[in-house]
Amino acid sequence: MTSIGAAEDRALLDLLERMWLIRAFEEKVSDLYARGHISGLLHLGIGQEGSAVGACSILRDDDYVLGSHRAHAHALAKGADPERLMAELAGRSTGYCAGKGGSMHLVALECGFVTATGVVAGSIPLGLGTALAGQQAGMGQVTVVFFGDGAGQAGPFHESLNLASLWKLPLVFLCENNGYAEFTPLSAHTNIERLTHYADTYQIPSTTVEGNDVLAVQAATEQAVELARSGGGPSFIEALTHRPRGHYEGDQAKYRELSEREEWKEKDPIARFEMYLEQQNVLSEDASEARTIEADVRQRIEAVAEAALDAPWPAPESLTSQVLAS
Amino acid sequence: MPELRYIDAIRRALQEEMENDESIVILGEDVTLGGPFGATTGLADKFGVTRVRNTPISEGAVMGMAVGASLVGLRPIVEIMFVDFITLAMDQLVNHAAKLHYMSGGQLRVPLTVRVQGGISGGYGAHHSQSLEAWFLHVPGLKVVAPATASDAAGLLKSAIRDDNPVLFLEHRALYWTGGEVGEVIEPIIFGRAAIRRAGTDATVVAVSRMVPAALEAAERLEESGTSIEVIDPRTLAPLDLDTILESVRRTGRLVVAHEAVTVGGIGGEIAAQVQEVAFADLTGPVLRVGAPFAPVASSPVLEKLFAPGVDAIVDAVQRSLAFSRDGAPA
Ligand SMILES: Cc1ncc(C[n+]2csc(CCOP(=O)(O)OP(=O)(O)O)c2C)c(N)n1
Repeated sequence: MTSIGAAEDRALLDLLERMWLIRAFEEKVSDLYARGHISGLLHLGIGQEGSAVGACSILRDDDYVLGSHRAHAHALAKGADPERLMAELAGRSTGYCAGKGGSMHLVALECGFVTATGVVAGSIPLGLGTALAGQQAGMGQVTVVFFGDGAGQAGPFHESLNLASLWKLPLVFLCENNGYAEFTPLSAHTNIERLTHYADTYQIPSTTVEGNDVLAVQAATEQAVELARSGGGPSFIEALTHRPRGHYEGDQAKYRELSEREEWKEKDPIARFEMYLEQQNVLSEDASEARTIEADVRQRIEAVAEAALDAPWPAPESLTSQVLAS
Repeated sequence: MPELRYIDAIRRALQEEMENDESIVILGEDVTLGGPFGATTGLADKFGVTRVRNTPISEGAVMGMAVGASLVGLRPIVEIMFVDFITLAMDQLVNHAAKLHYMSGGQLRVPLTVRVQGGISGGYGAHHSQSLEAWFLHVPGLKVVAPATASDAAGLLKSAIRDDNPVLFLEHRALYWTGGEVGEVIEPIIFGRAAIRRAGTDATVVAVSRMVPAALEAAERLEESGTSIEVIDPRTLAPLDLDTILESVRRTGRLVVAHEAVTVGGIGGEIAAQVQEVAFADLTGPVLRVGAPFAPVASSPVLEKLFAPGVDAIVDAVQRSLAFSRDGAPA
């Protein structure tokens, strides 16, 4: 097999690098949490990098992204600075939110990451709003809102589907279906088998893709974004994925069968993509380029973590500043 | 008496009530698996999944369902995972649960218990740390309970479940793993009866939920400098045992109210108002409030620590209170 072409190769390797960056970041967060350097309620996106990276890879800088409570990957995929993100998780003044937000309340407006949320389904109506503003501005801006399968049973989710459809909002609903909401499998939350069925009800075009296949998510998002930019309204993408860790750091995930974990190891989005790249001759047989990418981002993340932990704490006065805009 | 942790006391009360009353059902997210903190661990095994129901993340519908079921014979206990998410169920709780008995001219009853946990701990940030009790005190038709000890958690929960009105049962996450003596037999605790946690003579401190252990620690510290404070735990905020507070204030002449919620619009203001309306002449100085600053809860550990009112703030308020005298001269 021949290689796909230099520019295409580079784009593919960028996807790989971005996934590795997120993986390395999240593993570092886990490590810092375990060692007591980061506190809070942390929901990591390890194993779900494919959907965040695939979807954000085709967005413009001025497009909007909103995340769920598991949003580190969403922010990084949209281009957030890992150092400011890490500093935020560590509660430092140099963090994106000056230590006021933390893991579930990340905002990196400079790159179009509008907000995460600690409230399940909480950012979906907000996404309607950024889509509405984008529509009014008339520059073709699109919003992608990420949420989990658990959010699919929330009232605001359904109200949002209806409104987005009714007003043809330039919005991509991106459901990362990892099969669980906290400790409970999706089948115990709904009889609906595919979350796309909800979209069908509201006449929103939808597709279910293999969420751990970064290219499949990219392709589906590309179509959805094209539709949205051209005034065709919202789309719904259900990306099937898996959360190999507990719901939050510290959760032992005893509620899941071990076999289930084995099955998903093979479907890891990064391992899987590397295999594909080898087959396509983008990577050589020993995947040495991938190991270099991995080593580089891990080194970068080490520096990011060090800088974050060296950064100053927020000043006491900041506690009550910014409650209202002045 | 045996020691039980606050959270285990809650579980024991749930279990004993469910054994005694078949109409009790539990509805909530992950409750069949114990939930994130283990309050309901084992109950689904004991009582089955028709009585302990794992719900989707649909707080509004679940609250409404519980209210509806309570109207016609069930005695539901809804668990909202964090009090912050009760906002999603406000319509059913405030517009329906609280008012149906009244609006129906007494035809309907709403024997509903809503268990929620909240408060500050662990750097969870602005969506998982709030204390919202004051919102609910403002709504006629709701009872609001805030236990500070394991034994109260058990006894008050029993009363909440047996009550024919909607009861909001506010647990504090930071108290879950604190232990306390709980009797072999858990007796229901009658609502509207405050507990005097420590007798004192110089000032009265009314402390809510987690502020109770903080006030007791403050009392120890103040005692070292010769100040004796009385610590009152109202236990239920609606109904509020004003009489016990007044009786104490008439002896001490000074009152500090401490809660973890934001001071502005908090229940400290309400208690202060009620006390001064009837006992103005007995007060030697203004009623002081201890609460959180007017801001959301920041996630950074240093800001969170600054935000949360605690022992220092109570000691300080008591000392400020003691510095007042009626004629304006330093006491
Ligand atoms: C409104 C609301 N209810 C409950 C919770 C507690 N909670 C946090 S995450 C979660 C499960 C979410 O599952 P899902 O949407 O599938 O996302 P995932 O965690 O799998 O990424 C729950 C119930 C919450 N944060 N917000």
